[in-house]
Amino acid sequence: MGANLAGAIALGTVLLLGSVGEIITEKSGHLNLGIPGIMCMGAVGGCWGMVVYANLLANPASANWFLLLFLAVTCSMIFGALGAAIYSFLTVSLRANQNVTGLALTIFGTGFSLFFVKQYIGKGNAESVLPALSKILNTSLPFAGDLGFFGQVFLSFGIIVYLAVLIALFAAFTLRKTRVGLRLRAIGESPATADAVGINVLLYKYSASLIGGAVAGLGGLIYIVVCRGGNGLFEVPTDLPRFGWLAIALVIFTVWKPDVAILGSILFGLLYMLKDMGIPFNSYILKLVPYLVTIIVLIFTSIFGSKAVQPPASLGLNYFREDR
Amino acid sequence: MTNEKTIREPLFHISKRAPLSKGQVALIYLSAVVIALILSGFVCTLLFGANPFAALVGIFEGNFGTDSRIWWLLRDASLLLLVSLALAPAFRMKFWNLGGNGQIIMGALACYACMHYAYGQIPNVIMYILMITTSVGVGILWAIIPAVFKAKWNTNETLFTLMMNYIAMGLVNYATSKWSLQQTGKLEPINGAKLPEIGNKYILIILIAVAVTVFMFFYLKKSKHGFEVALVGESVNTARYVGINVKKTVIRTVLLSGAICGIVGLLFCGVVDGNVYEDTPQNMGFTAIMAVWFAQCNPLIMIISSFGIIFLSRGINHYQKNVLKLTNSAVSDMIVGFVYFIILCCEFFVVYKLQTRRNKRNFGFKDISEQIAGKGDGKPTAVEKEERNEGGNK
Repeated sequence: MGANLAGAIALGTVLLLGSVGEIITEKSGHLNLGIPGIMCMGAVGGCWGMVVYANLLANPASANWFLLLFLAVTCSMIFGALGAAIYSFLTVSLRANQNVTGLALTIFGTGFSLFFVKQYIGKGNAESVLPALSKILNTSLPFAGDLGFFGQVFLSFGIIVYLAVLIALFAAFTLRKTRVGLRLRAIGESPATADAVGINVLLYKYSASLIGGAVAGLGGLIYIVVCRGGNGLFEVPTDLPRFGWLAIALVIFTVWKPDVAILGSILFGLLYMLKDMGIPFNSYILKLVPYLVTIIVLIFTSIFGSKAVQPPASLGLNYFREDR
Repeated sequence: MTNEKTIREPLFHISKRAPLSKGQVALIYLSAVVIALILSGFVCTLLFGANPFAALVGIFEGNFGTDSRIWWLLRDASLLLLVSLALAPAFRMKFWNLGGNGQIIMGALACYACMHYAYGQIPNVIMYILMITTSVGVGILWAIIPAVFKAKWNTNETLFTLMMNYIAMGLVNYATSKWSLQQTGKLEPINGAKLPEIGNKYILIILIAVAVTVFMFFYLKKSKHGFEVALVGESVNTARYVGINVKKTVIRTVLLSGAICGIVGLLFCGVVDGNVYEDTPQNMGFTAIMAVWFAQCNPLIMIISSFGIIFLSRGINHYQKNVLKLTNSAVSDMIVGFVYFIILCCEFFVVYKLQTRRNKRNFGFKDISEQIAGKGDGKPTAVEKEERNEGGNK
């Protein structure tokens, strides 16, 4: 039971970062359907950083923990932000349709990640090195094992998982309590009004998309490092997108609030783990539960949704100052 | 005028263009494709050190090198065209049907179920009829569930249809576990139960694609239904005001969409593979969205766009596999995705124009003076004449 809960939290972190990235992007009025592609790019980017570092060393197991963490996180965030940069250039500057651009980014991102893995990462000893490196990254507090159930469920992770929760809390705080967050929300509701007040709409939209992409990219890395323990690099383009889509759906479920997303994503992580929990029911049907629940949530929010939990008013609409 | 120095004009200024003629739009798209091809050749050179001209030759060879390659090109292009045609009416209505993959899978699964249970048990003709009706019916079912909720409660159809994709994939896995005889994780193809061939095994698909294209062209452009679809897409309130039953239009249109996707599933299972997998649709549900978008929902242009996409991806795949010896199937996905970006970039110039700081100096006045002078030749334009007449009547 404890192991399953821990697994649910690990999967939940992937969903959490995906949806926090999407929330930040959506708050600026841009619906990024490219998140699945961005997560794939982040995953392979982070792994690439780790492998490059490990190849410099004689013995990969002796890698410096902090340097490894720093490289993995930075590379995955840069790759994620690169994907988001394509998206934001097309939608913010060139005002291309957001849905179509997002889908194109997903097609490109999944293709790019598989290409990158096959061409550059997977050729060497990556498949044997990555599990060892992931083990280093997953180093938990030394006394976590002694704390029984609590320790197993909440303290058994490497620092990267807590980093994800911190990012979500920080995003929630920034959006709700700071001037930057207020301005970003204003742009999402009515970019023309925000522009009239003197807020730099372009700058905010670009930054929101790039930061959102970076956060989602880190989510991709966590999938490989924490959930898969460094294995399954070649399955990234087939496995990761479904988490990306679930993360986008989670945004609606958590009513555009990153702190609610922490609980929501753990719940969805649990739903995803149902198939491994030994419930006497057909495991193929149990695998469908997260998607069915998402659909039910979508239906419920559309029927009973109140005025207070609507998406940002300009979501999906591109802003052109000279439009009337 | 002291602060004139501190205010700096931006380097570029974006403004909307007057609507372009069809020829000009076509020219922009054509140049977009040419730029995209040149740039992707450049990317190939950068990544693999390949000769871009050799790449171009490789792409053509991959599509036209042998007879069977040409047939494969036509088959895949027809299938993609069919999916695009399925999505086009829903798209026109601004209903984002991202569930093409799921609807195709369900059509194929229904077809396989009929083959699995009925082959050899009942006369083939009855089995064929059963295959066709169940495929179409299940395709419709998979599309219409999101549509009903969209019409009634405005449920987000983008994510709903996406989730339906994954449920369909899960059902295929479930069916595989039930029906697979050797438990290899894959179903066995039932080749004997495939639909009868006309000439060869590709012509049926091509004929259906042609028929549906003609139908969809007249349906969207000439029929009352097509008009209603376009109106609902432009403005739901206007449609309601004119007296169109919006809910009925949404459900009816998506029903058509699902039916055609069901047919594609039938073709995949009953003609091409004789089998069903998780990736039976080869991601055509997503690819078709790009094809529809670039064709702006026009069925005739969709022939070009879907043919082009398949041409490029098949060609690049052949080139990387047989010429570069990479065995990296993702190259084509990546480069085709890159081409999408370039074309999306160029679309900008259909609606907007860029002016540099230099050209702008007398831009405002020039435009106004042109308007006053009636496009510069001193005569009032037709619109202006009309305006004056109206003023006189008042």
